[in-house]
Amino acid sequence: MTEDVWAERDTNPDAIDAALRELLRARHAANTALAPARVLNLVVIVDREWKGEIANRLERVGRYHASRTILCAVEEGRTTLDATAVMSYEEPSNGLGVIREQVEIDMGPGHLSRLDTIIDPVLVSELPTVLWSPHGHEEAVATVSRMIDVMLLDSDDVSDPSAALDRAAEALESAYVVDLAWLRTTPWRERLAASFDPPDRAPLLGLLTGLAVRHQPSSAASALLLAGWLSSRLHWGTCALAADGPGRLTGSASRGAGRVEVELEPADQDVPGLAGVTVRASDGFALSLDRATGGLCAKERSSDGEERVWQILGASRGEGGILGEGVRQALLRDPTYAPALRAAREMCPA
Amino acid sequence: MAIAVEDESSENPLVEGLERLPVHPTSLVIFGATGDLAHRKLLPALYNLAHEGSLPERFELIGISRSKMSHDEFREGARESIERFSRRRPDPDVLKGLLSDMRYLPGSFDDGEVYGEIGRTLAEFDELAGERLDRVFYLSTAPQFFPVIAGKLGEAGLNRTENTETRIVIEKPFGYDLASARALNSEVLSEFEESQVYRIDHYLGKETVQNLMALRFANALFEPVWNRNFIDNVQITAAEDIGIEGRAGYYEGAGALRDLVQNHMMQLLALLTMEPPATFEANRLRDEKLKVLEAIVPPSPEDVPSMAVRAQYGPGVVGGTPVPGYREEEGVAPDSRTETYAALRLHVSNWRWAGVPFYLRTGKRLSRKVTEIAVALKPVPHLAFQSKGSVGVQANQVVLTVQPDEGVSVSLGAKIPGAQMRIRPVNMEFRYGTSFMSESPEAYERLILDAMRGDATLFTRNDEIEALWGIIDPILSAWHEDRTSPIPQYEAGSAGPMEADALLLDGRRWRRL
Repeated sequence: MTEDVWAERDTNPDAIDAALRELLRARHAANTALAPARVLNLVVIVDREWKGEIANRLERVGRYHASRTILCAVEEGRTTLDATAVMSYEEPSNGLGVIREQVEIDMGPGHLSRLDTIIDPVLVSELPTVLWSPHGHEEAVATVSRMIDVMLLDSDDVSDPSAALDRAAEALESAYVVDLAWLRTTPWRERLAASFDPPDRAPLLGLLTGLAVRHQPSSAASALLLAGWLSSRLHWGTCALAADGPGRLTGSASRGAGRVEVELEPADQDVPGLAGVTVRASDGFALSLDRATGGLCAKERSSDGEERVWQILGASRGEGGILGEGVRQALLRDPTYAPALRAAREMCPA
Repeated sequence: MAIAVEDESSENPLVEGLERLPVHPTSLVIFGATGDLAHRKLLPALYNLAHEGSLPERFELIGISRSKMSHDEFREGARESIERFSRRRPDPDVLKGLLSDMRYLPGSFDDGEVYGEIGRTLAEFDELAGERLDRVFYLSTAPQFFPVIAGKLGEAGLNRTENTETRIVIEKPFGYDLASARALNSEVLSEFEESQVYRIDHYLGKETVQNLMALRFANALFEPVWNRNFIDNVQITAAEDIGIEGRAGYYEGAGALRDLVQNHMMQLLALLTMEPPATFEANRLRDEKLKVLEAIVPPSPEDVPSMAVRAQYGPGVVGGTPVPGYREEEGVAPDSRTETYAALRLHVSNWRWAGVPFYLRTGKRLSRKVTEIAVALKPVPHLAFQSKGSVGVQANQVVLTVQPDEGVSVSLGAKIPGAQMRIRPVNMEFRYGTSFMSESPEAYERLILDAMRGDATLFTRNDEIEALWGIIDPILSAWHEDRTSPIPQYEAGSAGPMEADALLLDGRRWRRL
């Protein structure tokens, strides 16, 4: 990867915009086979001391890089803007080479109330703009909300899942939300959907009496969202779960005239996300999916008591992959998140 | 206001919103599992599907081939192929999981005992799963085995199963002329229903070919001019800079017309010219393709010389390297009459396209590799500008590049900066590579998954395949019967034979490669 770099201390947004244009003009003049990627703007607001860590996370998203990333690093006591613009590309041996742009702007807390005027000139017009503010900075988020199409957040980042889901619901009022906690449930949702897809299995969805979700202790929001998803898709009536031991939530949802017992419990697992899910039906059927080497381990007990175990293949995306997936999802629209979020909030303990 | 079509896949309430749709538990049987296609494409595609979690939750694979080897030897060969040809570095645990359940059955494709063994193994898989798995038979063999395998599957009762789906996937070439395609259809359809048969043209699995439909039917910009009133002519080019790459055995019997025109290029033509389908359901789309293919009048024998040109590459220089002529390639007869270049002029005789010539050309050892569709619009009716001192106003062109840089460009007339109103053409370019972060999946990944899901949209139907051959067959026959006329030669590394220029009507010219 080759980089063209521009940097300036005590700069301003117009100078940054001009520098980006000049970098692009010069690079295109040197090699007309290089063209700028034009996918989306990603605005990231971070605390200055964590800039490196966030930059590393963005590095690991692989091919799902935003085409222009604007990293706003907030530093206590700073009153000026320092900026670096980097244009990265690989010289194509033949065909087309794609240029990606990253802008880092160091700024002070005083800049946040007018952040919109700082980043607006640096955004590529007509592209969707995604905002990710992993360290809070609510004032800045509110300031730029009018220019944001998509809010990227991680409900597992907030220690209180109820507060995390409230925040997601609030964000949903002004932008489309991509929630990394929701994306951590994707493989589980896909597998549950597949398990009940064969016509002879579909009726079991109407007989479910139990749902247990096992999750890494910091991923309670993911667990609630998975439970909320099943509830919303299957039209269960949800109500608040109750704390039942450290991190454990239990309760029930109504399913027509019946009830579904719901348990969410922490599991010993290093990586964020879910560790397993079990669904049980009134006829004795039960299916458990648990994280395992090279995919998931599926255990099924049929209504006549016969048990089977098998492996479902799939590679873990890792946290870099989850963030990359978040960036990619910013271009798509998932109609099931909002209903799942609504149901998940109803399940949060009072 | 656009009216969205209801998603018909919503019977399972859990499917809504998912990108990866469920695939029912499936046993896949690959005939020709040690062959080149299996090793370069099919097995790596299966790995990538496994990596992404896209394979069915219960997935079993049986490889069938004539080579004698154990299950473990087959798995080791599969591992090497996947490690070498997968588009992503394999995850060791996923790869191990995929390989561990693979089975291998050696045997001749006409040996009934092999099919008995397949049946027993499939039943064993069903037993292990506690349910009947769907069955997909993938014929990745030489074409002469297609009817043999279909017949033997029927004899063994493997062509249908109760309460599950059984499908047969047949690689190209599907026939080598109209009569053989009809015969093959007849033999396959005597054992399988048409709805069970998935004829692969992997071109249709390419993202950019599917994007052709998106461009036409998701943009109001193009449809109003997509007709004889505005379009002057269309050129479809599939140029390769490589030669036959040691495949003389295949190529001598095929030639450029069968290899690329009859299938890939005619599919591009159909997608470019068909009417908008009401939905993208498989048969709706294929109905529209069939209608437009049937509107292409096959040439009479007398017309062939004036609407089709064939040629062979001679010695030349490609990319600075001297290369031999076709007849000097290993395995090629010194007096071979197999064409390495074919160009056609076709007409679509319907209300939309009457009078618009469609020019198709393909060739090996041309100056560069490019596959594109160039739609040339008619010039503006009146020019108010002087062209003095400039190349002047040129008719607009919409160019859809399939490879190597997938995208769309539109040529426009623009004013040259200065005091005078001088115009020159400029390009407005869109490149998929700059606008999407996703890496396109290999065509085979999409097609294998579609076959397992039972979605035939990107596969060719029996009547469609016969319509395709029906257009090409008279040309093949005329060329076959002409054993005396010299085959035009073109220099390797050139843009093709001069004779192809004669196909172009009214002073038109081939686009530069």
